[in-house]
Amino acid sequence: MTFVRSAPEPVLPPPPRGRDPAASSTFGSAANIVTTLVIAFFAERSLPHFLAWAFTNGVWRGDAADCRDAGACWIFLHEKAPFILFGIYPEAERWRPLLVVSVLIGLTLWTMPHRHWTRATLLTWVVGIAGSLLAMAGGVAGLTPVPPSAWGGLPVTLLLTVLSLALGFPLGLGLALARRSRLPLGRWLATGTVEILRGVPVLTLLFIAAVMAPLLLPDGMRVETFVRALVVFTLVSAAYLSEVLRGGLQGVPRAQMESAQALGLRRREVLLIVVLPQAIRKVLPPLASTIIVVIKNTSLVMVVGLFDLVSAGRVVLNDPAWPMPYAETYLMIALVYFAVCHGVARYALHQERVLGEGGR
Amino acid sequence: MVRRRHDFHRWWLPQLLLGGTVLALLAAMAVTVTGNMALRAMTVSLGFLDNTARFPIAESVMAYSPVDGFAWAFATGLGNTLLLTATIIVASILLGIPLALARRSGHLLARLSAGAFVDGVRNTPLVIQLLFWYGVITVSLPSPRSAFQPLSGIFLTDRGLHVTTLGITGTALPLVVTLTIGLVATATLAWRGRLHQASIVSLGTVVVGATLWLALDLGLRPDVPRLGRYNFVGGLTVTPELAAVLLGSVLYASGFAAEIVRAGLAAVPAGQWDAARAMGLNDRQSLRLVIVPQALRIMLPPMTNQFVSVLKNSTLALVVGYPELNSIANTTMNHTGHALECMLVLVLAYLTLAGGISLAMNALDRRTARWTR
Amino acid sequence: MTGRLTTCRWGVLALFCAALAGCSSEPGRQAPGGPTLAEVRARGYVRCGAGRDTVGFSAPDAHGRWRGLDVDTCRAVAVAALGDRDKVRFVPLTGQQRITALLTGEIDVLPRTTTWTLQRDAGGINFTIPNYYDFTAFMIRADSGARALRDLDGASICVQTGSLTEIVFADVARRHGLTLHPVIFDNVQSTRQAFLSGRCDALATDQSALVALRALEPDRRYTIIPASDDIAPLTPAVRHGDDQWFDIVKFAIEALIVAEHLGIDRDNVEAMRGSRDPAIRRFLGVEPGNGRALGIRDDFAYQIVRQVGNYAQVYDDNLGARSGLNIPRGPNRLRRDGGLMLPIGFY
Repeated sequence: MTFVRSAPEPVLPPPPRGRDPAASSTFGSAANIVTTLVIAFFAERSLPHFLAWAFTNGVWRGDAADCRDAGACWIFLHEKAPFILFGIYPEAERWRPLLVVSVLIGLTLWTMPHRHWTRATLLTWVVGIAGSLLAMAGGVAGLTPVPPSAWGGLPVTLLLTVLSLALGFPLGLGLALARRSRLPLGRWLATGTVEILRGVPVLTLLFIAAVMAPLLLPDGMRVETFVRALVVFTLVSAAYLSEVLRGGLQGVPRAQMESAQALGLRRREVLLIVVLPQAIRKVLPPLASTIIVVIKNTSLVMVVGLFDLVSAGRVVLNDPAWPMPYAETYLMIALVYFAVCHGVARYALHQERVLGEGGR
Repeated sequence: MVRRRHDFHRWWLPQLLLGGTVLALLAAMAVTVTGNMALRAMTVSLGFLDNTARFPIAESVMAYSPVDGFAWAFATGLGNTLLLTATIIVASILLGIPLALARRSGHLLARLSAGAFVDGVRNTPLVIQLLFWYGVITVSLPSPRSAFQPLSGIFLTDRGLHVTTLGITGTALPLVVTLTIGLVATATLAWRGRLHQASIVSLGTVVVGATLWLALDLGLRPDVPRLGRYNFVGGLTVTPELAAVLLGSVLYASGFAAEIVRAGLAAVPAGQWDAARAMGLNDRQSLRLVIVPQALRIMLPPMTNQFVSVLKNSTLALVVGYPELNSIANTTMNHTGHALECMLVLVLAYLTLAGGISLAMNALDRRTARWTR
Repeated sequence: MTGRLTTCRWGVLALFCAALAGCSSEPGRQAPGGPTLAEVRARGYVRCGAGRDTVGFSAPDAHGRWRGLDVDTCRAVAVAALGDRDKVRFVPLTGQQRITALLTGEIDVLPRTTTWTLQRDAGGINFTIPNYYDFTAFMIRADSGARALRDLDGASICVQTGSLTEIVFADVARRHGLTLHPVIFDNVQSTRQAFLSGRCDALATDQSALVALRALEPDRRYTIIPASDDIAPLTPAVRHGDDQWFDIVKFAIEALIVAEHLGIDRDNVEAMRGSRDPAIRRFLGVEPGNGRALGIRDDFAYQIVRQVGNYAQVYDDNLGARSGLNIPRGPNRLRRDGGLMLPIGFY
């Protein structure tokens, strides 16, 4: 008899807990069977109709005449997609917004892995955004000038999102810090600003920026509608972000700051190297939700006369040659937004997992 | 705690500087605005609010006609905004709770379909969803002539939903008064936590109400919608505009409510479940007595934000033509030219409403704190 | 570590600068107060209110170029102020926003199919000279059998808010004791879309827009019923408080009308400069004085006709035969042809 193992003990899986296997969860108990039947009933009533509309009767080739009394008019989207995506930007110059969209998406994808979080990437972003703005506006390097009132579609949405987040984050951090300041006046002012920005609908703020701005600015000073919308989105995202960051800052133990100071770090370094990374790690899910809110808010610029995806969609639906394929159009626009927002949400989940392992 | 004298350089000076800067900025802004207004010969006065509004409002909870004043037009818009906000909040919670439970359930299909739904509505802008639903209603539904009748007395057309209503015949005032008093008393008692007395009062109200019904010889008369030359006449009509706003916003808000409920339930430590079971409670009892009270406290702050979002998002009703406060203020501005005043009224109204929601939720939070202890 | 932080700060700073560049790229007038003309000259272009979708009046075409009667009116103003039809920028506005935008100084002139009314005129803006006479009307599907206003009782009617139409609509209901169900939107597209999708039985708006819409839908049959006999003069407006600018806009529009009256068009304008008719010579600035009186160049009317055309040509390009809309001139003929367009003397 020997008590010494010659082979390592096999690692046992953890005891089953939580989710049941698919089969038993679907038909396991009476309640589950009822749920399954209810879902199946609804699926049976709706799915065939949807599939017939989208595929069997869908119009994939042909012209407007083929879409009358047929299913989904996909050919309409094929025809109108350039207009929906780029708006009233001059046709001959459409390569420019296309370039801008590719650059912004490319940069975002490049920034995603951790090893790319470097100074060089940050610089590339600054150059990329400045370059994108220049490419859209033209007037340099022989490009025809295009005023921002003629910009449209996806590049407007992306630029507004990226810029309002990039500018809103430091502003929001400042507000969050001010609300934790030891000076009461600073606290009151920050709180007041944040509460006003969070209490008034974005639509109302945009309207104020659209038609009231000339009253608020010195006489003769003009600001492009695009910039005004950007200012509104920046302030609003700063207010939202400050609330999230404040929550995160509250969660960082005081000892962290004290020990960092004991190590001889300056106050700014304590904040940026020690406190902020921990604070952000704590609030990743609400941070992602806030970013998604900011992205979705850009769909409101149509009320101030900017030509984004939604207003372009409304315009193409007015073409009398086609039988008003509203569902297809709005589905397509919704899909663009969904891809971006869902991407952000998934990425945040992924980061939460990665950073969670790296944390304590 | 020892009261320390505040150091001038680190306490008073920065605040003086900050306060001075802010005051200077505000003063500069005031000077700019008054200067600009003088330059454009604009005047500030709220006197125009008494003038006849003249413009129509498509639909409203409160009675409005174009001969009413601008002030009443504002009030009408406020009424519509409140109707939207209240309905959407209540309905989205009623829909959000089952969604959250479905997302936590062991049932694969329920979990997946609820997850897909929540992801879909949360990750697309509300504007697009509203426009989509409005399109579905006005383009896909039949015209009044060939109305779709899912149930007897209910008609679905591209002009909206027409429902048969029941009107009370006879003098119903005593009954209405009794029911109102009973309802208020029940709610007050329930709020104070005297559930036993509340149930007695509610039972009493029902009995008295039934007696009154018989004594006053009241009857019911159905008001069935019938097809006029263009539209259905009679009954209750939910217009496509209202229907699209409610449908779109409720689905949207329910996605957010579901996430808050799910996160709240998930935030209660698993040990609480084990402890509840160890005390001999079954699943339902542990949920009701142990988990929900704790989860509720966690859910309240995000729910407050969510309710304020619902209020703010009600302004999007504009895109499908439902007249709420923001839209009516814009129209007033257009007809009177008093832009600054209208904007101030608008901003104050929304800040007050948002503040009201926060106050109410804080009061609720304090009450929950008492239950939890 | 410090190096990285500094970069961060510079990055943020650079982003702010990029955003600010948008503000500073347009030169603004420094001196406060003063007339609009000085501001327009310093800026280098006229800011003009426009509709995104009022086809025939102002709307961008498929290539993103602005077209329409109001667009050409703006170009005439730009020629008068700056001598170049392209020195104008169009600011798209909804019906709800337009008056506010003019009042706050967002735009210099508002030609966006705005009806001249007492309350608007008293409310801080000045109406110049009508560039189009219109009627409010209802358009209804012919198969409904409706012929007159009283046939509309009980109908749902699509109306655009921010327009005079919504007040006329309310008046029609009150005057004839009709129950009309309004369905109100903030923009032309939604209003039109709701009508075409069947949400409304009728569409209420300016007759010109209805005729234009009917022209776009040749296979559907519609009846147009006027809302009343009241004429709606669509009149470009300016802010209170700058009489010189008021006059310039007035005579930029009048130049179009007078040119038609004098028989000058963009094809014969060069030849007309040699005319011996004193009215023509004064109009074209061959005999100086008119422009100087307004504070602008003396040949402004000549430039307007050369670069934009006369009223008949502008009408034809945007609303008449050459536009595909084929709206008859009707009251928009000259007075001598039985219309309401009054040529005012260039003396």
